[in-house]
Amino acid sequence: MPDTIPVDSVGLVTPQVAQFDTPLVLACGQTLPTYQLIYETYGQLNADASNAILICHALSGDHHAAGYHSMDDKKPGWWDTAIGPGKPIDTNIFFVISLNNLGGCNGSTGPTTVNPETGKVWGAEFPMVTVEDWVETQARLADRFGIQKFAAIVGGSLGGMQVLEWSVRYPERLSAAAIIASAPKLSTQNIAFNEVARQSIRRDPEFFDGNYQDHDTIPHNGLGLARMLGHITYLSDDSMGNKFGRQMRHDTYQYNYEVEFEVESYLRYQGEAFTKRFDANTYMLMTKALDYFDPAAREGGDLAKVLSKAQCEFLIVSFTTDWRFSPERSEEIVDALVRSGKHVSYTKIEAIEGHDAFLFPLPRYMAALRGFLSRVSKRLPKENA
Amino acid sequence: MRADLELISDWVAPNSRVLDLGCGNGALLEHLQEHKHVTGYGLEFDADNINQCIEKGIPVLEQDIDQGLTNFDDQGFDVVIMAHALQQFRRPDLLLDEMLRIGKEAIITFPNFGHWRNRIHLGIKGHMPFSEFLPYNWYDTPNIHFCTFNDFRDLCQAKGLKVERWAAVDGQLRDHWWTRLMPNLFSETAIFKVSR
Repeated sequence: MPDTIPVDSVGLVTPQVAQFDTPLVLACGQTLPTYQLIYETYGQLNADASNAILICHALSGDHHAAGYHSMDDKKPGWWDTAIGPGKPIDTNIFFVISLNNLGGCNGSTGPTTVNPETGKVWGAEFPMVTVEDWVETQARLADRFGIQKFAAIVGGSLGGMQVLEWSVRYPERLSAAAIIASAPKLSTQNIAFNEVARQSIRRDPEFFDGNYQDHDTIPHNGLGLARMLGHITYLSDDSMGNKFGRQMRHDTYQYNYEVEFEVESYLRYQGEAFTKRFDANTYMLMTKALDYFDPAAREGGDLAKVLSKAQCEFLIVSFTTDWRFSPERSEEIVDALVRSGKHVSYTKIEAIEGHDAFLFPLPRYMAALRGFLSRVSKRLPKENA
Repeated sequence: MRADLELISDWVAPNSRVLDLGCGNGALLEHLQEHKHVTGYGLEFDADNINQCIEKGIPVLEQDIDQGLTNFDDQGFDVVIMAHALQQFRRPDLLLDEMLRIGKEAIITFPNFGHWRNRIHLGIKGHMPFSEFLPYNWYDTPNIHFCTFNDFRDLCQAKGLKVERWAAVDGQLRDHWWTRLMPNLFSETAIFKVSR
């Protein structure tokens, strides 16, 4: 709980909901006649709507990227370290929009909301959504604000994939793209991890083929297990080692299956905490969106050809110990951008935190983001200078 | 504007696609963008330099050149530049090959180890040269493959490379009749433009 709001915080924020009544044809072939998106904004939109930055969230993220919902909040939004007055994504200069993606479970239409056609919670009936679908809905949200062109679109991990898709789907609608700890498509190993996560959810007897809400239950064990697995892959060997080593609960081995090592306790806690804030069907949908994303496939595997449509300047960032979205995956994007002659800068940040590093305010990383966006801000009309 | 950058800039055709290996804070690319309307990228390894480039809007790629340049396509650039760094890499000869695989031309500048002052250091005093221009001890120098003006020219010849242009200049990058007459003895910096 913040006793007082820090001066570099966006302060107390209230989420807003936008209702869309224009049907949305999804990549999977189904159509959503209506849907809602929940979002937050920070900073002020300027007169010609040219200072907007869109934040795209990752697998378990949501619209609450910065600030506090109330003075009772234990923690600020998930990317509060980067968004705020004077921070790299400077809300004194930029108008920041952060939304919960379609299919999410934090207020946007998704498996946990009611299907207006049936009057029942969507549950397993909610259609599969893809990165392309998200970009489409984000563009419609931008239209609501009269934003023709974003000053920048920024995202890490799955969020970075949305930024990449934006750059080629609506090349004229963004001046700058920051793609952090991301990939142009998932590796085989990554899809495999996702499949284990999904199987652990689906094999939970409480899953009921995704209709657990009809049974007033949730697949605790499966979702917790999926998160435990995911969590391991977001950290590095060294960061886990530094944090827990072989620290034990007791002085001697107990020779049973209760928690012996602190890392076991930590993972169980992480898994359990996740089940309280996240929906299993949404988790399944998000992992599928990750698996399906492969823009290069539209041009026979030629990523450079796909990216040749892009018009924005790119910043690509990777982290040395990230093995879930390794630097090599980011470099695939960089190489394709170089091949197609695009304006791109790439930096590989020395970090111990693994994939999670993209959420940490590492000085070199923050300086790169700040420098990149300060360039963007120089192109804005004078009122923002 | 550093004099060596000015000089290199004169050798780059307008609107070229340029790759600058070891681009530092991006000063050369900035100059080339402004005066020659080039496009291209700098490769750099130093964090501060990279962030300076990003802030200036100079496209910079973090890459360890010693790990290879295989990510770049054949003949993808008009000119590949390496200013004052060739002697710092593990295999300058192979790097030169790579530069000419990636680029149609290569521009290289390096300190001429055959300069008379270096010869005095080594020949008379019996010590490795140490100067304002080469301010390192033998054990901490990044310059692990020094060569002379003539050595480099011989390497180009052995590789069958065409020297399109060369310059032999003093520490301030000025050329004089004596540096031109006896480059191996009088030039402090050698500049070559080569092609295959």
